[in-house]
Amino acid sequence: MSKEPRPDVGKNVRVMTGNEACAEGALVAGLYFYAGYPITPSSEIAEVLSERLPQIGGKFMQMEDEISAMGAIIGASLTGAKAMTATSGPGFSLKQENLGYASIAEVPCVVVNVMRGGPSTGLPTLPAQGDVMQARWGTHGDHPIIAVAPTSVLEVFMLTIRAFNLAERYRVPVILLMDEIIGHTSEKVILPDAATIEIWNRQAPTVGPDEYLPYKITESGVPPMAKFGEGYRFHVTGLVHDETGFPTNNSVQINKFLGRLNSKIDRHADEIITVTSDLQENATVGVFAYGSTARSAKRAVMLARQEGARVDFINPTVLWPFPEKQVSSLAERVSKIIVPEMNLGQMAHEVEWAARGRADIVKINRIDGEPIKPDDIVKAIVENA
Amino acid sequence: MFDYMKYMRQDKLPLIWCAGCGDGIVLKSMLRAIDKIGLDQNEVCMVSGIGCSSRLTGYVDFNTLHTTHGRAIPFATGVKMAKPELTVIVVTGDGDATAIGGNHYIHAARRNIDITVILFNNNIYGMTGGQVSPTTPIGKKASTAPFGNPENSFNISGLAEAAGASFVARGTVHDAIPLEKYIEKAIRKKGFSVVEVMTPCPTAYGRRNKLGNGAAMIKQLKEDTVPLSRAQKMSDEELQDKIITGVLVDVERPEYTDNYQKLIERFKG
Ligand SMILES: Cc1ncc(C[n+]2csc(CCOP(=O)(O)OP(=O)(O)O)c2C)c(N)n1
Ligand code: SF4
Repeated sequence: MSKEPRPDVGKNVRVMTGNEACAEGALVAGLYFYAGYPITPSSEIAEVLSERLPQIGGKFMQMEDEISAMGAIIGASLTGAKAMTATSGPGFSLKQENLGYASIAEVPCVVVNVMRGGPSTGLPTLPAQGDVMQARWGTHGDHPIIAVAPTSVLEVFMLTIRAFNLAERYRVPVILLMDEIIGHTSEKVILPDAATIEIWNRQAPTVGPDEYLPYKITESGVPPMAKFGEGYRFHVTGLVHDETGFPTNNSVQINKFLGRLNSKIDRHADEIITVTSDLQENATVGVFAYGSTARSAKRAVMLARQEGARVDFINPTVLWPFPEKQVSSLAERVSKIIVPEMNLGQMAHEVEWAARGRADIVKINRIDGEPIKPDDIVKAIVENA
Repeated sequence: MFDYMKYMRQDKLPLIWCAGCGDGIVLKSMLRAIDKIGLDQNEVCMVSGIGCSSRLTGYVDFNTLHTTHGRAIPFATGVKMAKPELTVIVVTGDGDATAIGGNHYIHAARRNIDITVILFNNNIYGMTGGQVSPTTPIGKKASTAPFGNPENSFNISGLAEAAGASFVARGTVHDAIPLEKYIEKAIRKKGFSVVEVMTPCPTAYGRRNKLGNGAAMIKQLKEDTVPLSRAQKMSDEELQDKIITGVLVDVERPEYTDNYQKLIERFKG
């Protein structure tokens, strides 16, 4: 490699992989505590953070497994620290019980899953998008969750920051779903100035310890959160609890709590959901794609338009809560929606549900560790336009 | 009279524990030890897993964290790492700490992180109705060992010692005063400390094994107890089925949060 300085390499212009961008974004967001367990294709996130965190006074731990890593970040977050873990399929499965704990105890944290082929050990070095439903429903019981899915290295950086912001604002675990392609692809990125990046922090209690209700039913649905060790002495449990944080078996209290818990994300869906759309007048067909597949789809849409097709393209960067409104209005515009994904059609079901019969769904699926090529999508667009 | 109520969330009483359960004696010893050290309640974080013993955290007035089954130590590890100035105490059962949570138990000992584990050993899964645990003695009955436990049991203090804990003590609820001292020492110790407490579960273990009520089981504990000093002069055969009590390990080893702090200091200009 040439040692000559490149004109475009400045402070904010960097060449990095998705995994590096994730670590970088986490640091910008204010990450203080990382705990993880090595697994391909996510390990670089841990490696970068093991070096960077102690240098800025933060903490990195390699735990004995993914279960303990998930537990440790919850513990750290309860002291007020921003905390994260990263993994891939098998580790994501192990994290599920404690992920549900973070959900019910409303502990902000970020869980990165760099998806690889499954099930089980599956295809450790090959990409997949097979965990999108697991991200929504992996832990038992009805529970709130947010999942974001970047399509480029720059977006990994930005969405990692957003993942922390959403976790803090809504007191919810946020899952960042990358896949092996984005995790390992090197791209030139122009990082925004740190000063221009918005950072959200959890709301602190506005009352003293005597009046503090850790699970208070507030207007926003999100209770202010005290930190352990600052005089509030509250109780945190994975049992269903009332506003005081203590367990309850009273059905009125149960309904109150689970009602608030399970509606707090949907109530703010408009604020949470982000979708990149590229719509065309008189479009007859739409493409819905996310993650690395959205890159192929974007190119396919461009190529198909050159061939005269009228195509809408929507790329949700938030998968959960599902962008129902956006898909619904797409279904109003086109008669067919093509959904390419590296699984057997997990999000296609959601798209179909949101379309409610107004547009037919055309699935393009691969689970052989190969990305979906733009040509395959072009073909589908042309056939269905 | 010691004022236990200072440390209790009085509106949460009564405790869920059965009449004759030994766990209350451990709770009281623990509160006396905390009081003796003079810890500020705001500076204590008590973390538990799932089980009868683990319900303790709901009743005491500290920063309390009732986690998932077996995972109290990992949650506590996160708390301690993020806020080392807190005194972190884990309350856990034999099943919680050494079956489902066994991996975390040995790795926390290996790291020698400054956490104190109060391990309630009642030889059974109490909360779920008396299934066999890793500490159920061979031959004893459990709801899942109706013909007697065919498995060997763990020496869980020995496990902590072998894994690198810097302080390990074993006590019983029959001897609450020494127990209080062990807990006090364990909390004061900088490093991973374990106090294994033998405590009776008359409901899920005693009844099935015809060991009598709580009082009878505590009396039996007294008979089975051999202090470490005496045990050292006894043969393995003589020590069969005995409970060796005392401070089993008290050594100085580098502590993990300290080590990590030193690493951070290296980067400070
Ligand atoms: C993942 C998981 N598996 C099983 C259980 C059911 N469970 C609850 S408590 C318990 C055993 C508790 O035994 P122990 O730790 O010895 O505590 P004790 O109740 O005897 O104090 C089990 C198996 C659970 N809550 N979570
Ligand atoms: S079941 Fe056993 S351990 Fe649980 S409260 Fe009753 S006596 Fe105690």
